[in-house]
Amino acid sequence: MKFLCIGCNEAMVFSERQEPGDGTFAAGFACPKCGHAIALLANPMETQLVGALGVKIGGRTLDQAPLEFVRSKMVGQDGAFVDQGAHTDSGQRTADSDSPGKPQWSSEAQARLERVPGFVRGMVKRIYTDYAVERRIAEITPDVMDRARAELGLEGM
Amino acid sequence: MSFRTYFDVPDADRSGLGSQIAEQRRRVAERLAKVRRVVLVMSGKGGVGKSFLTAALARAMAGQTRSGVGVLDADLRSPTVARLLGASGPLSVLDDGVRPAVGVDGIKVMSTEFLLAEGRPLEWRGPAEERFVWRGSLEVGTLREFLSDVLWGEVDVLFIDLPPGADGAVELGGLIPNLTGAVAVTIPSEESRRSVSRTLRAAREAGIRLLGVIENLSGYRCEGCAATQPLFPGNAGAQLAEEFKVALLGRVPFSPEGNGVGDGLRDAFMKVLA
Repeated sequence: MKFLCIGCNEAMVFSERQEPGDGTFAAGFACPKCGHAIALLANPMETQLVGALGVKIGGRTLDQAPLEFVRSKMVGQDGAFVDQGAHTDSGQRTADSDSPGKPQWSSEAQARLERVPGFVRGMVKRIYTDYAVERRIAEITPDVMDRARAELGLEGM
Repeated sequence: MSFRTYFDVPDADRSGLGSQIAEQRRRVAERLAKVRRVVLVMSGKGGVGKSFLTAALARAMAGQTRSGVGVLDADLRSPTVARLLGASGPLSVLDDGVRPAVGVDGIKVMSTEFLLAEGRPLEWRGPAEERFVWRGSLEVGTLREFLSDVLWGEVDVLFIDLPPGADGAVELGGLIPNLTGAVAVTIPSEESRRSVSRTLRAAREAGIRLLGVIENLSGYRCEGCAATQPLFPGNAGAQLAEEFKVALLGRVPFSPEGNGVGDGLRDAFMKVLA
């Protein structure tokens, strides 16, 4: 998929992706020459079709979590997974809170995380944490979660 | 107004879809790099005992291999092989993947059996309307992650227990770079022969090497007199082997105790793997 600025005859570049939480997604593209911006707006079926391929329009911004596709798409049982946090090559592991540089979770964010279905909770926590680490956010709050959700497309999480 | 079309624009795809699909394939190849052999177990129709034979073959091979055996249950909607191997969840998630469950004889197992709530069918999130459009993609994506995100480690043989039909074989055949081949399971009947024949042809046309045929439920062994009596009319195993010029790896009679596969079938299987 390519986007062409007809006036400039230039290929447009991807700028951002948004998932507003209603089952749709939007992807922004801009012309590098004149700055003209457009948004690709996909309906829920188109959004689901792209999601079923395990890809994100514009590419991924965070590393993929293990079984991320399965856990985000399948209706699974609570308790199917035990998320064990950080892991070293030697097979030893450390708790998330022990890892240096990891952000803290506010009590409100913790409470909100507890409402996420158990099947995906550990993965969602990891994604929010990675999002905060990448942006040097010291504390994960509900506001940070909202931003991550919109930017990363964590529909229903 | 005339403007450049897709191939006129030399820039890379801005959607990033192609590169992400390539990355998915790379992850599968990387994860399976330590798996020496990947074997599909397929049939044309359900009810021929494919999962039972997958489990029995895995157990028979487990004692013969140095690095062990794995089983991926690709029958996502009707998973059974995990229970046959005594494997259960929950699954441990580490930073670099998910540990498979471990069943009898140390066999590594991955299955939707561990993920679905008891008694619940396979269901997907998202809008229910037009679900048939993307359900196939969701299932293929699940199998892809079962391959790429499970910490299979070093394994001598990874068996993949496919759902009935050719679709799973064809799709996985295109995804697994080091696929060894496929074993077909049939029962003696003409109906099964016709069904498995179609499946084998589709697999061969997809470039999948056919390793052999196993005829299950080939008879009933009377424990009292040790004679084997036929259960179904027909000779599908031998006919399929002849049709596709592959080995009839063995005939497995029905046994109420489920005794597994004998040494003869195991040795014949090892021979085609060699």
